[in-house]
Amino acid sequence: MEKELKVSAIKNGTVIDHIPAENLFKVISILGLQNIPNQITFGTNLESQKLGRKSIIKVSDKFFEGDEINKIALVAPQAKLNIIKDYEVVEKRVVDVPEDIVGYVKCVNPKCVTNFQPITTRFRVIGKSPLQLRCHYCEKTTCENQMVII
Amino acid sequence: MIKNKSLVSITDFSREEILHVLDLAAQFESNPNQPILQGHIIASLFFEPSTRTRLSFETAMNRLGARVIGFSDPGVTSATKGETLKDTIKMVSNYADLIVMRHPLEGAARYASEQSRVPIVNAGDGANQHPSQTLLDMYSIRKTQGRLEDLKIAMVGDLKYGRTVHSLIQAMSDFNPTFYFVAPDELKMPNEYKQFLDERGIRYEEYTDMADVLPKADILYMTRVQKERFADLMEYERVKNTYVLHNAMLDDTKDNLKILHPLPRVGEISEDVDLNPKAYYFKQAENGMYTRMGIIAGILTGM
Repeated sequence: MEKELKVSAIKNGTVIDHIPAENLFKVISILGLQNIPNQITFGTNLESQKLGRKSIIKVSDKFFEGDEINKIALVAPQAKLNIIKDYEVVEKRVVDVPEDIVGYVKCVNPKCVTNFQPITTRFRVIGKSPLQLRCHYCEKTTCENQMVII
Repeated sequence: MIKNKSLVSITDFSREEILHVLDLAAQFESNPNQPILQGHIIASLFFEPSTRTRLSFETAMNRLGARVIGFSDPGVTSATKGETLKDTIKMVSNYADLIVMRHPLEGAARYASEQSRVPIVNAGDGANQHPSQTLLDMYSIRKTQGRLEDLKIAMVGDLKYGRTVHSLIQAMSDFNPTFYFVAPDELKMPNEYKQFLDERGIRYEEYTDMADVLPKADILYMTRVQKERFADLMEYERVKNTYVLHNAMLDDTKDNLKILHPLPRVGEISEDVDLNPKAYYFKQAENGMYTRMGIIAGILTGM
């Protein structure tokens, strides 16, 4: 029996699956999906064997460049991408934590200059599991459980 | 070797570059008045007051013959009007050949170095880095011991928040040291630095009693145990006297032992130590001036 789709299929575009349910809106924000004109459907609190509750996003007519999609690895490390062309999956991709994180994580150090001046934050990834980010400016480490997306 | 390089963090300089600065410092110590920077203008921007560091840097600049512009108190600058750090640095880097800056926010000097047309020397960015202090500590160690390699260095006091000990550990790690860390439980050396040493195979031992390390140390690096660091004031009262050095404690120490302290001290070295030939902290502060001459001259002239 065919599985019932909770979020309707798209003809062309990208499906981002296996997003932890609580991080759906972070993924949307990191990818800037609120600012693009494409048709977007998403479902959240769907049952998942891996994650318990997951979210899925389907973006019509959008194909992400390599590094662009890796940004979501911080909040959805197990995310899977399906590239859809004419209703068929033509490519599957996983995300990989990038070496440098620029512009979307807040430094945990309350005395870091980036929290006071209009400065783009920059981090070097020094640990992937659990995530550890070293601030390019104040040199302090922001851990996974302290991470705030800006 | 370091011409036109910024010095923001001690890790910006390689082992060779550090040794080069120490060699330059030795030259300036043997002849402190060398006006080789006549015609140069250096900016001294102190976004928070620090009298000792500022006087040391500005004396170094003056002894090199450079002219100095700047401020010692941010209250008199446009920063109080809300000017961004970027704008202040962009403006000053149009005027001066080098900027020495101190700022209360961590990472400010790194950011400034990305905005400036001229090199930046970090004279302290909050609790983060103060690389000229590390270099003067190393100069003092090499001068008193005749070498940097294979020394036994005891660090006492606040090893958790003390930026000087953290930077010194990083810089000395190229010279096969053995470290003895002596601190109360609240102020122990953070794991990230112990991990750093583990990765490099550098020996360290942890103690809570200074007496255990005094007979074996070549360098005794004292730091201040600050009351405000303790969540439990009873605990502070209990430990505060444990980390005070008295002259009588130095009886069974090595002949080559020297006592260093980044200053200011507030009671952690008793004044009766000052006359002991092993006390080196005032000379260490003087060495700071020669070291800063070496940093500035090396960056501006490439010597």
